[in-house]
Amino acid sequence: MSLFKKKQKAGTYEVASQWKLMWWKFKKHRLASIALPIIFIMYLLTMCCEFFSPSLPLERYKKYVECPPTAVHLWDHEGTFRGPFVYAKEIGRDPETYRKTFVDSETEIVELGFFVHGSKYKFWGLWETDIHFFGAKEPGAAYFLMGTDDLGRDLFTRILYGGRISLSFCLVSIFFTFLIGLTLGGLSGYLGGIFDTIVQRAIDLIMSMPSIPLWMALAAAMPKEISQLKQYLLMSIIMSLIGWTGLARVVRGKILSLREEDFVTAARLSGAGHGRIIAKHMLPSFLSYIIVSITGSIPATILGETALSFLGLGLQAPTISWGTLLQDCQTVETVAAKPWLMFPAVFIVISVLMFNFAGDGLRDAADPYK
Amino acid sequence: MEKQRKDDIILELKDVKVHFKLDEGLLKAVDGVSFAIHKGRTLGIVGESGCGKSVTSNAIFKILPKYGLIGGDILLYEKDHKRLETPINIAKLNPTGPEIRSIRGGNISMIFQEPMKAFSPLHTIGNQIIEAIQLHIEPDPAKARAIAIEALRSVDISNPEQRIDEYPHQLSGGMRQRAMIAMALSCKPSILIADEPTTALDVTVQAQVLDLINNLKRENDTSVIFITHDLGVIAEMSDDVVVMYLGKVVEYCDVDTLFYHPMHPYTRALLKSIPTEDKIHKGRFESIRGTVPYPINLPVECGFCSRCDEAEKGVCDKGEPPMVEVEPGHFVRCFHAGKGKEAQA
Amino acid sequence: MLGNYILKRCLQLIPLLIAISIVIFVIIQLPPGDYLTTYIIQQEASGLEVNQSNIVLLTKQYGLDKPVYMQYFYWIRNIITKGDFGRSFQWSVPVSQLLSERLPATIGISLLSLIVTWGIAIPIGIYSATHQYSVFDYVFQFIGFIGLAVPGFLLAIISVYFLFTLTGVSLTGLHSAAFLNAPWSWAKVVDMLPRLGLVVFIIGLSQTAGMIRQMRAMLLDELQKQYVITARAKGLKEKKLLWKYPIRMAVNPMISTIGWTLPGLISGEMIVSIILSMPTMGPIVRRAMITQDMYLAGSFLLIVSCLTVIGTLISDILLAIVDPRIRFGGVAE
Repeated sequence: MSLFKKKQKAGTYEVASQWKLMWWKFKKHRLASIALPIIFIMYLLTMCCEFFSPSLPLERYKKYVECPPTAVHLWDHEGTFRGPFVYAKEIGRDPETYRKTFVDSETEIVELGFFVHGSKYKFWGLWETDIHFFGAKEPGAAYFLMGTDDLGRDLFTRILYGGRISLSFCLVSIFFTFLIGLTLGGLSGYLGGIFDTIVQRAIDLIMSMPSIPLWMALAAAMPKEISQLKQYLLMSIIMSLIGWTGLARVVRGKILSLREEDFVTAARLSGAGHGRIIAKHMLPSFLSYIIVSITGSIPATILGETALSFLGLGLQAPTISWGTLLQDCQTVETVAAKPWLMFPAVFIVISVLMFNFAGDGLRDAADPYK
Repeated sequence: MEKQRKDDIILELKDVKVHFKLDEGLLKAVDGVSFAIHKGRTLGIVGESGCGKSVTSNAIFKILPKYGLIGGDILLYEKDHKRLETPINIAKLNPTGPEIRSIRGGNISMIFQEPMKAFSPLHTIGNQIIEAIQLHIEPDPAKARAIAIEALRSVDISNPEQRIDEYPHQLSGGMRQRAMIAMALSCKPSILIADEPTTALDVTVQAQVLDLINNLKRENDTSVIFITHDLGVIAEMSDDVVVMYLGKVVEYCDVDTLFYHPMHPYTRALLKSIPTEDKIHKGRFESIRGTVPYPINLPVECGFCSRCDEAEKGVCDKGEPPMVEVEPGHFVRCFHAGKGKEAQA
Repeated sequence: MLGNYILKRCLQLIPLLIAISIVIFVIIQLPPGDYLTTYIIQQEASGLEVNQSNIVLLTKQYGLDKPVYMQYFYWIRNIITKGDFGRSFQWSVPVSQLLSERLPATIGISLLSLIVTWGIAIPIGIYSATHQYSVFDYVFQFIGFIGLAVPGFLLAIISVYFLFTLTGVSLTGLHSAAFLNAPWSWAKVVDMLPRLGLVVFIIGLSQTAGMIRQMRAMLLDELQKQYVITARAKGLKEKKLLWKYPIRMAVNPMISTIGWTLPGLISGEMIVSIILSMPTMGPIVRRAMITQDMYLAGSFLLIVSCLTVIGTLISDILLAIVDPRIRFGGVAE
């Protein structure tokens, strides 16, 4: 709103391009404009997870198995400023249950800092370094922002690594969805006839099957002994094999209405080929709808992947994803005893919420005159 | 116009304003409109799309979106065919209250541009007409149905006993508009507002519908507000004419004066743009240059000055022109009006 | 008119049903190893002697010595004529037996969720649309967003966790331990109700969220339509007008989605009942998938898909009943 006023001085009329109008409208959607930077931060954190995580995903702190989260303090008991630190954990044993207990030490603290030296890793598999963005100044000291799992691995680290898989997985899967949906929907709308009929019936077919059991069945039929990368790609293809129908419908509908437009007829008469007409003349006019549709389907993909992995039918350990991390919380007893194991769920919910907000903003923006 | 008495005014708009609060700014859809509707006469409102003519008619009904603000007075002098001692000010009524509801459909009715969309597709036209009748004149279902059938017959719908139970999609466009008119007139309103009632119809059907409105108006002594962008239709239908531009009345006079002595440059430009046989042979149409400005945050100047051939720098872009009564009953909103700069149409 | 329409829609479904069965047959055949080898391996693994005559019988019954397309016909014929869906290796019983034990509960819970979803979503959607940008509209929208963002399995874990920590009662399973094997009685029903309610609530929430958004958007769209202004110009009361015209118009497309929401509900039901260990299809189908007990998994998929198709048919017929444009074969706007 303020933008509009600034740009439009009295008596002058600016003709804004469609993208510009969309951007204005998008920025007006308050939730969406909050969501976009958060999504960016999440991708940054997870894509550079080696650097941002304090530990390594498979590194085990054998003394600190199932340790609850350690709270970060700035001031100690006496109220003197110490910089970021956590109290060291004193390990004891519950006299009744014989389970390990962790109590904050009164005296001993673990100093934390930025750009600390820790475990060695290869950043993106390229450069070997041991610098971590934030962590204990003394390598190997017990600092677990979100606690540890039953093997004493730092959960926060594993969440960041899992986020890399989960968040990239949805993009890869969307890419395949996009590929199938655009091709089949576009051709079905453009060619019509038998091809259209077949594609439409295929869509009916897929839509009449419940997606989760269908995913499960396809995932179950997937060979068991394959590499992590293959499993990742196969799973994303399975998701897209079921998810393309919505996009295909949108594309087909758009193409059908565009096919009759004059500018398309003109292009056809001037001898342009099918591919050229679709790519050059039709695609740009519904690109915004496709973007909206894609953003809208990201949350469903994230939820689908985590649900399947959670049930043990999607990505399998040792692959770390938010869904496989949540496999630890399948029983009420575990969750009650170790509630911090639910942290991956927080990340799932936030990312899905943010993508929903962004998708909502985009949907509004795609129709800038409304 | 001077021949008309003041006491046959049935509805009067005084400085009516309708503003919409949008995110982009304040949209002055209707900005200080005044005119009067006389008993049994037809007032034509003409203007390009977006000039505020439909919003004006909706304001008379008090049907505006929530973010619309209404100002000024809309005075109704007659209710249920009885002269009122003190006129009802519609602009001040609660938009959902019982008072305005009894006026809507009972004293003032409306026919809309697109008969396709104006009926609910899920209910028979009979259902929708009887509903109006039951609300205003006859609560008994059987009697209301008889009135509805009569109303359908009066708009020349054949076999109304059967048609009444049909759904809108089973009727043709012209038929639907007739049904719409039947519904609007079924409660014998004193004012009928027709918002571009023939725009969506075929040319032959258009003529029939216009004749029908004229006949019904004469029979029932109804006053009509006829909204259109078509000056040809105005000539055929109206007694008085209001020319609107950018939410303001720019010229207001009787129909003969408008066609033979137009004063405002905009009116003259409109008249020039009517395709006549002569122009068709020459193969040239004249159009008004430029487009209507976007009515948000407008500068203080004559709204037409950017498109006007007679605009005078330093005059027309410095302040808004006032409404001038150049002759009795002939109002013009132009700096040059009444200064002897009359040109031929 | 309506009869013709129904007949036409039924005939259209036949090819779809055939296609579904083919796809599911392919899925059943996907994992390596055929029925017979899996059977023999399983028998040997459990220490039973493999009965040669049994194998011959199975081969004959399922046409296992025939080419694949003949096996498909045998499979379909057994299902249609004998209700024989094949055997579950994991449970060593016919699939039909497992289905008859657990499927009714799955369908019952799903339908119950559907009713609850509608009962909650439609009124809230109407309220939100007619009170756009009001406080409650924002509240409902926020809840809707949460419902969309929190997957069913998470919601199940979280709610069971909170109920467990607050009351100390673990609300898993459909009956508490005391009533598990007890005969049906009022006490057993009362005992079941909160558990059932929890499942229905969890399944319904994500569906409700989507449906509120849909209803709200539809109604907002309808409220702009010309016929609403016509009705208002008649002098009709706002409330009466709202219920008679735009709400009916907005509910219509929702009716047409009943069929399509069924798969979503059943998906939701599966996951939630896995976590809450309900005596429904969810837990056993999951195990069937993990152990590649494909006849069980495939049969479930087949039945649920067919139910969806029938659900779609029913919703189409309902739509034809309430919408004269479809009933009279008129084209939609």
